Amino acid sequence: MTWVAIIGALAIWAVGWFINTRLANGPKSDARLVGLLVPIIFGLTLLLMWEWLVRMLEVNAVILPPPSAIGVRFVSELPRLWADFEQTIIKGAMTGYLFGAVAAFAVAILADRSDFLTRGILPVGGFMAALPIVGTAPIFVKWLGSGWESKAAVVGVMVFFPILVNTVAGLRDTTAMQRDLMRTYGAGYWPSLFKLRLPAAMPFIFNGLKIATTLALIGAIVAEFFGSPTVGMGFRISTSVGQLALDMVWAEIVVAAIAGSTLYGLMAWIEGRVTFWHPSQRK
Amino acid sequence: MSQQTIINAQGLNLTFQTNDGPVHALKDVNLEINKGDFVSFIGPSGCGKTTFLRCMAGLETPTGGEITVNGMTPDEARRARAYGYVFQAAGLYPWRTIGGNIKLPLEIMGFSKAEQAERVGRVLELVDLAGFEKRFPWQLSGGMQQRASIARALAFDADILLMDEPFGALDEIVRDHLNEQLLKLWARTEKTIGFVTHSIPEAVYLSTKIVVMSPRPGRITDVIESPLPKDRPLDIRDSAEFIEIAHRVRDGLRAGHDDV
Amino acid sequence: MKSVLPVLTIVAAILFVWVLAVIPMNMHLTADQAQRDGLVVSPETPAERQDHSGLGLSLRNPSLLGLTFVQERPRLPSPHQVAVEMWDTIVMKKITSKRSLVYHGWVTLSATLLGFAIGTGLGILLAVGIVYNRAMDMSVMPWAIASQTIPILALAPMIIVMLGAIGIQGLLPKAIISAYLSFFPVVVGMVKGLRSPDGMQLDLLRTYHASPAQGFWKLRLPASVPYLFASLKIGISASLVGAIVAELPTGARAGFGARMLVGDQYGQPLVTWAALFAAAITAAALVGLFSLLERLTLRRMGMVRA
Repeated sequence: MTWVAIIGALAIWAVGWFINTRLANGPKSDARLVGLLVPIIFGLTLLLMWEWLVRMLEVNAVILPPPSAIGVRFVSELPRLWADFEQTIIKGAMTGYLFGAVAAFAVAILADRSDFLTRGILPVGGFMAALPIVGTAPIFVKWLGSGWESKAAVVGVMVFFPILVNTVAGLRDTTAMQRDLMRTYGAGYWPSLFKLRLPAAMPFIFNGLKIATTLALIGAIVAEFFGSPTVGMGFRISTSVGQLALDMVWAEIVVAAIAGSTLYGLMAWIEGRVTFWHPSQRK
Repeated sequence: MSQQTIINAQGLNLTFQTNDGPVHALKDVNLEINKGDFVSFIGPSGCGKTTFLRCMAGLETPTGGEITVNGMTPDEARRARAYGYVFQAAGLYPWRTIGGNIKLPLEIMGFSKAEQAERVGRVLELVDLAGFEKRFPWQLSGGMQQRASIARALAFDADILLMDEPFGALDEIVRDHLNEQLLKLWARTEKTIGFVTHSIPEAVYLSTKIVVMSPRPGRITDVIESPLPKDRPLDIRDSAEFIEIAHRVRDGLRAGHDDV
Repeated sequence: MKSVLPVLTIVAAILFVWVLAVIPMNMHLTADQAQRDGLVVSPETPAERQDHSGLGLSLRNPSLLGLTFVQERPRLPSPHQVAVEMWDTIVMKKITSKRSLVYHGWVTLSATLLGFAIGTGLGILLAVGIVYNRAMDMSVMPWAIASQTIPILALAPMIIVMLGAIGIQGLLPKAIISAYLSFFPVVVGMVKGLRSPDGMQLDLLRTYHASPAQGFWKLRLPASVPYLFASLKIGISASLVGAIVAELPTGARAGFGARMLVGDQYGQPLVTWAALFAAAITAAALVGLFSLLERLTLRRMGMVRA
């Protein structure tokens, strides 16, 4: 039986790979449709192999459920998944993201008036951004209780530093010539900030905002591992792991993946609209 | 034609302190520029021509001597918006349309929306870019971008136009065309123009006065009043008079070079 | 070095705010403790004190201010308390002791480094595959980029349990999570780096009739080094976070994450804070190490940008 399973899996892989190689090297390989199709076929191939191997090798569904079982669980638990999503993503992650981003902008603009502060903030902020801030989760739970507020606080701190560092770097990125032009107009600090430096900083700012969406999600979910009311994605994952209901865990992961890519995609779309003029956006 | 002096430099000195020691960018520069003059500054790298232009614009502060613009210090003149500056690169903001770019100084200086629109239309005509208002800078060629940059400098009706090698990055044919246009513009608007260049034919073609400078320390080696008529077609560059003036410029440059 | 003074100023400012915040944060429990010890506290009962904020209480009980800095289970430890705890558990304890942060640090660090090595190695290989095989490029790259938007860390508990079920426990599951977290940043960064040479450079090699392998070793690989280091720095801090989080769900008994959890569960905040700071210092040291390696390597390759 094991041989059948392995050969079958390899066959599925071979078919998928063959199709993709033909598509990738074929005449239409630059078409947008092909660009979408190839990774989808790749993903489907992997899913099929997974389903096949789990069933054929009779892997314990408690440990590694087949994709079909996950799909079934996903559909049947939609209300609970939605409640978890609301708690973790909307209340925890997005609130924290908003507060963290606004605070980071405020500090960046305040610091911008002083070259001294800027030179201090960039290294310190970069340092803090590399730290395992997720570890502050138990401390925030102690201070703010186990509700969504403590998760929002963790997220706020996690997104604060990358957004701050990127915004400060972006505000510095104007050339001497552009600044001189503003001086020839006798433009003061505020007109110069709004008409030149903020627009020029947008590519940097959005870089930080995009990174921050992923961090926000991670922060909200992992913070819940440390203590949460009886709802929330992190809570559900850790308790489901404890109950060995791994199909539920996978279902939550699917929600997380959809949420993550949607938020990132949304931010990237806004970036495309705002920084339409940047070389990286003009293919 | 009034002989009114509007830019006056007396004993101007500027020394930069660099890691390799002091650099005398300008030494004892004396120059008078009259209203309506087209003055070219020409010389090799490091002769101080750009530095002098920037002093006139109040973008650099001299370490000695005096310079007045319209009777004021350059700083005051800058705040009074007495001049428009054109840099070597067009420096247009990629997130604004051409029209938006020209409106930039107008917004800062507080012109009304109606005025802004009127001026944008007018200066785009002057530089032959009518109809390009809604385009973005990266949709235009290098020559067109530079023209837009000139239009931007003209938009707020400053009497003085300071230009730092504006055509240096363009090819010869576009350059010739822009030189012609610049002269026509000058004739129409009667502005006083300070123009920095590397090119001898360009300097001789455009100017009423040519200031030849040389480096280390940056100083003026010759000031040539051009006898050429104000109305100049491009082929005046082949005339004997033109060639004579060009020779004189070249001699001035060589003299400065030999001193080093 | 121009940045030293500004950085020190900012750090000093942060410490200053921290020290100030200790007082209102700890005042409630300080007042409770003081009352039990027989000192005069205003207001006199815990119930009445609940109505006051930490700040209000602090203003009413100036004599207790100093005590807020020496509580055994503070809500906000003071900097010196954290420092003392760290000194205690790093320097004063034997490395073999179960309370030694050096021991716990090593547990986490070993998983981090192993995972990082695996993730980076596989990541580089996959990146090379992506750059030279179009089918792989179009299949995998979109997933690699998309995976950066997915909170992979949420998978950690599950992976631990799955691997535990087939008998893999201890170091390896944590290392696998660390590997996964550093894998994708390395792939994305390395692909960018291998593709960074411009058209002009590639054309030059074609005029020499260079083979793809020669092009790889002589041009693409050296050109990718700056990008590789950037990804390594991201990867190593991600690996460390991964190892720490991997210690949480199964109630591991050793490692930084485990200490943070233990401190939390047993009501010993100082243990949590000390572990957090030790983890932060470890992260900083690792990133610093890679920055140093980066500078040395780039200097030897003549690629240093001022």
